[in-house]
Amino acid sequence: MSLKYTVEHEWVRPEGPMACVGITHHAQDALGDVVFVELPEVGSHFDQGAVAGVVESVKAAADVYMPISGTVTEVNEALRDDPSLANTDPLGAGWFFKVQASEPAQIDALMDEAAYATLVGQ
Amino acid sequence: MSDNPLLKTPLHGLHLSLGARMVPFAGYDMPVQYPAGLMTEHKHTRAAAGLFDVSHMGQIRLVGAEAAHALESLIPMDVMGLGLHQQRYGLLLNEQGGIIDDLMFVNRGDDLLLIVNGACKANDLAHIQAQIGQRCQVIPLHEQALLALQGPSACQALARLMPGVSSLVFMTGGFFTWQGHDLYITRSGYTGEDGFEISVPQAAASPLAQALLAQDEVAPIGLGARNSLRLEAGLCLYGQDMDVHTTPVEAGLNWAIQKIRRSAGDRAGGFPGADHVLAQLDGRTPVHRRRVGLQALDRVPVREHTELQSMDGQRVGEVTSGLLGPSIDQPIAMAYVDTAHALIGQRLNAIVRGKAVPMQIAPMPFVPNRYHRGPK
Repeated sequence: MSLKYTVEHEWVRPEGPMACVGITHHAQDALGDVVFVELPEVGSHFDQGAVAGVVESVKAAADVYMPISGTVTEVNEALRDDPSLANTDPLGAGWFFKVQASEPAQIDALMDEAAYATLVGQ
Repeated sequence: MSDNPLLKTPLHGLHLSLGARMVPFAGYDMPVQYPAGLMTEHKHTRAAAGLFDVSHMGQIRLVGAEAAHALESLIPMDVMGLGLHQQRYGLLLNEQGGIIDDLMFVNRGDDLLLIVNGACKANDLAHIQAQIGQRCQVIPLHEQALLALQGPSACQALARLMPGVSSLVFMTGGFFTWQGHDLYITRSGYTGEDGFEISVPQAAASPLAQALLAQDEVAPIGLGARNSLRLEAGLCLYGQDMDVHTTPVEAGLNWAIQKIRRSAGDRAGGFPGADHVLAQLDGRTPVHRRRVGLQALDRVPVREHTELQSMDGQRVGEVTSGLLGPSIDQPIAMAYVDTAHALIGQRLNAIVRGKAVPMQIAPMPFVPNRYHRGPK
């Protein structure tokens, strides 16, 4: 299924009742070389829009927001070990965490590819 | 300042053509990084040579027989004893001994050339003009650009254009000619590496930058890497690691105050805030906080304004600069810490997003300096 996007530059890939979350190509490009990520704890619940993690480059730190309400089921340990995956493969190996959506309709309401491209001016 | 359009350096068009990401800095539209990215640019400078546009910085000439004597009334440095083409680091102080700006000054024979911070240059010029404008001519060089070429291969690359530069040693300068343009070049910089700063007429700045970038060793480097390089080198950034509320002693810059200007020196005092600064230097007045270097014991970057606590949870200081040092591959920081805790090896906790990140006070520079001091 195709990706959905937030105004905070996260992407969401729906996988049944689950959703995989990462930061967009635009976000990693704006941040520059990612050197550190802080990921949420598995099992913790977040409301949509809550701060669920942190991504830091040499020059800046940015919050990662929960795109949909839900419970974290898995985090990307490989990203913790090698934060540069967020730069080299932001939509693939650089994913951040997976969430069990508590309100799946929130996923449908996120931006599609075209709307996000307009947002970032591409 | 925010109402004014951003100024452009003579290299602005070159930055754009190189694909730089531009940001506002000190009133100028400046390159923060090029497509290679901060990390690559930083490491390239330590491995080969990096070219920096620092034309936003202010260049001021002081001219006249009284110039050196007059400048000594504004800074606690030995200016009169400075040999021909020798350069020194200096600090403009206010009446409380607070730092108005830091600067480099070099004795060029017919004048003193001052290089001051871009964000401070208008204030510095007004201050210098008001204080010593009666004793010497104070001439801002608006028509000059400034390039820095830094790194272990900087000399090799620059010497291909101007062979004479290899005879300069750290903190000396000289006049050079390149394609009919008069340049003044000092062997100095702000990265901890060997390198040069080149004062060049605006019209020649872009051709010279392109001639340098055409050398195999040289890559363009943005302000992002300039910041990480200077922090690894333990060098203060004005406005962040020191300001008008900081004295030279608190900032750990005692080394910059020559003996001749200290108590019992031949030209002791006679600069703004001398009573307070000399009392701190002599230990007659307690120094409540000091600038220190910190290394994180985890990989969590610790940034400016982060609170520092002692192991028993008391607030003992604050980080003023911090990032993951690309060469040292570890989070590093500068901070001001209560004197009682400002000891090498002291453990402190940085409070990052509510969690304690263990840090240790470490000697600076974090990465050894590699200045070219010449034969012993």
